[in-house]
Amino acid sequence: MTLLSIRQLGLSIGQKSILRDVSFDIGPGQIVAITGESGSGKSMTAFSIMGLLPKTAAAAGQILLNGIDVLSLPEAEMCNLRGDEIGMVFQEPMTALNPVHTIGRQVAETIRLHRSVTRAEANQIAAKTLERVGLPPDQFPPGRYPHELSGGQRQRVVIAMAIACQPRLLIADEPTTALDVTTQAKIIDLLRQLVREDGMGLLMITHDLALVAGLADRVVVMRTGEVIEQNSTTELLSNMRHPYTRMLFEASTHTVNLPAANTTRPLLEVQNVKRTYALPRTHLFAAARTFEAVRGVSFAIREGERLGLVGESGCGKSTLTRAILGLDAVKGGSILLNGEPVFSDGKPNLDVRRKMQVVFQDPYGSFNPRHTVSRLVTEPFHLLEDPPKGTDRKVIVAEILTAVGLSPGDANKYPHQFSGGQRQRIAIARALIIRPKLVIFDEAVSALDVSVRAQILDLIADLCRQYGLTYLFISHDLHVVRTVTDRVLVMQAGQIVEQGDTEKVLSDPQHSYTRALIDAAPRMPDLDAYRKDAAQ
Amino acid sequence: MTRNLILGATLSSLVVLAALLSFVWTPFDHASLNIPAKLMPPNATNWLGTDQIGRDILSMVMVGARTSIAVAFVAVGIGIGLGVPLGLWAAAKKGGWTDEIIMRGNDLIFAFPSLVIAILITAIFGAGAINAIIAIGIFNIPVFARVTRGGALSLWEREFILAARVAGKGKAHISIEHVLPNIANLLIVQATIQFSLGILAEAALSYVGLGAQPPTPSWGRMLADAQTLVSLAPHMALVPGCAIIITVLGLNLLGDGLRDWFDPKLRVARV
Repeated sequence: MTLLSIRQLGLSIGQKSILRDVSFDIGPGQIVAITGESGSGKSMTAFSIMGLLPKTAAAAGQILLNGIDVLSLPEAEMCNLRGDEIGMVFQEPMTALNPVHTIGRQVAETIRLHRSVTRAEANQIAAKTLERVGLPPDQFPPGRYPHELSGGQRQRVVIAMAIACQPRLLIADEPTTALDVTTQAKIIDLLRQLVREDGMGLLMITHDLALVAGLADRVVVMRTGEVIEQNSTTELLSNMRHPYTRMLFEASTHTVNLPAANTTRPLLEVQNVKRTYALPRTHLFAAARTFEAVRGVSFAIREGERLGLVGESGCGKSTLTRAILGLDAVKGGSILLNGEPVFSDGKPNLDVRRKMQVVFQDPYGSFNPRHTVSRLVTEPFHLLEDPPKGTDRKVIVAEILTAVGLSPGDANKYPHQFSGGQRQRIAIARALIIRPKLVIFDEAVSALDVSVRAQILDLIADLCRQYGLTYLFISHDLHVVRTVTDRVLVMQAGQIVEQGDTEKVLSDPQHSYTRALIDAAPRMPDLDAYRKDAAQ
Repeated sequence: MTRNLILGATLSSLVVLAALLSFVWTPFDHASLNIPAKLMPPNATNWLGTDQIGRDILSMVMVGARTSIAVAFVAVGIGIGLGVPLGLWAAAKKGGWTDEIIMRGNDLIFAFPSLVIAILITAIFGAGAINAIIAIGIFNIPVFARVTRGGALSLWEREFILAARVAGKGKAHISIEHVLPNIANLLIVQATIQFSLGILAEAALSYVGLGAQPPTPSWGRMLADAQTLVSLAPHMALVPGCAIIITVLGLNLLGDGLRDWFDPKLRVARV
């Protein structure tokens, strides 16, 4: 008996075809994962099931929930279905909750919408549901507001809202993408437990293949609106039929060959750096409170070294980066590049700055949308006393664009004409154009699809061979850090808790926090082992 | 999207053309009286009729457009010229004392009811177009300063501004090169709204007799003149009223259309 059965689902918005011939089933108690890269139609499939499509969308085919075609249901009946028969968990717990209502009220509201119960009864059910998702009333009273909870706790509230009416189908759209790995592990455990206890069907949408491999019973791989391959997880892992599936799995465990590091004298020296932020006073005459984002961090990068910095959100990584780049003054300690301070007399030092560049995380936000590529990549020329002009400038731009795998003709285009991966190449070109001594990659590959990420990592390795880069690679992704760095720093709550050779730290962690990080990260199964098992 | 642009541009240029044409040609002299032909409804000689002392209404509306546009244009110019730099400066110094002084100064101006102060200014310094411009212009400054600061603040958090800072550019340089072009569409929309509000404010001031002085015609005073005669000669109120509506509507549509046009993302989608 299947719970949800999607038959030849097609979807188009205007002339644009979004989904074509999508078919799969979910049984009660089964976990099905839809995976694929951005633009594959994963989320649109989920929205079709929920009936939350934009007005201009035209759907074809059938979505049978317990034998009823939800596509043919009028909006009023869909409203009854949503939240009652189908629950949904969204990616961003910060925006999925109403900030002006208490968490108890938000959960109770879903119940009162679908069940004829009194307010008191609804509140009671809500409190019980919150307890089930790990928010017991003695520690987290239902009278709390969303802003009083952490990201993981908020996601628990969102899950409580989704399961409050004991739906038969739960749809989770990238439920852990916005969360830290240690939190992610807990949320995944919770979802797994809820599915087991309630016999719900779970449709999990995620781009994280390691997560898929560890959680799902069945995997549906999508690309550009079509189902490329689907099978039970063990079958799929041991025998991938479609080359795209193989490519996806290979890209997500992609490793690069860095040339041997040729380290010499120290380039960047960070000594006992402290940075605090002022917090609002609790009342008018209270003492000003401060938050120490970075608490006495010291490390050095030698010339030619590739250093990694890992840690979860809020650990002070970004604050440290801004201090190193000379964007903010530090409270204490010193940052020296080549023996010269980055910040002197309260002003950033331009001589030092021209030896450093940065690549940011968001390939969409890091360019002025109104400038051409050639103007964007030459922005750091502003740091030079005698920037190249005319033909020289064009030659340098063409050279650097070629070096990052774009064509010289791209110089006159605008950033919106490029894909996310190409934009990240432009960002790297901008960072390298003045040949800085140190490049900082601030989560530079975190926003990219796995196949694009693999290409950018290859590019970084290539550039290491060509230019002998020295860089600080900041990331929360241990797998990526492992392959592109020689040495790694682990940061927690504003302090560096462990440092050493990357391979050694990640395979034999000494600090409990490092161990927790490594244990929580979903691990890609050994595909060779699966293949051997299947062969036997 | 482009329909707004075309309709807005047509209506606005119609008004501007009428104003420009009035410099070289009007059907009659707007100030010449023809008492025997007073209160004539629209006819073959006087296309839009005549007023209570026999002046040609079409001629007056054309010359009045000149006054309205000039007053609103200069008033918006004052608002942009002073408000935008102040807003950019405040955003660049966010949280500092410069920001506080600029924004609290703006609050101070905002705290006064604008039209009452405009009446006060013209009452003290004398009624006339120049004083009306200054009075309306002053109240445009905080509007543009706030819009600019709000737009600029969100841009200062963006990574491309960080990249520019890493490239060693100063705050003034970044404000002009990166921030200003990216809030231009906000400013254009605000400018058209303020422009139409300026036209309405000028009409209101001349309605109470504090705008351009006779014999210079203005739409506001034409409405005031028509007030007592509206049942006898409704066209006297309808013509300047419609002129105001067409101008304000045209400017708003134009602003909307221009905003879409300036956005490079939409430009490519059109190609």
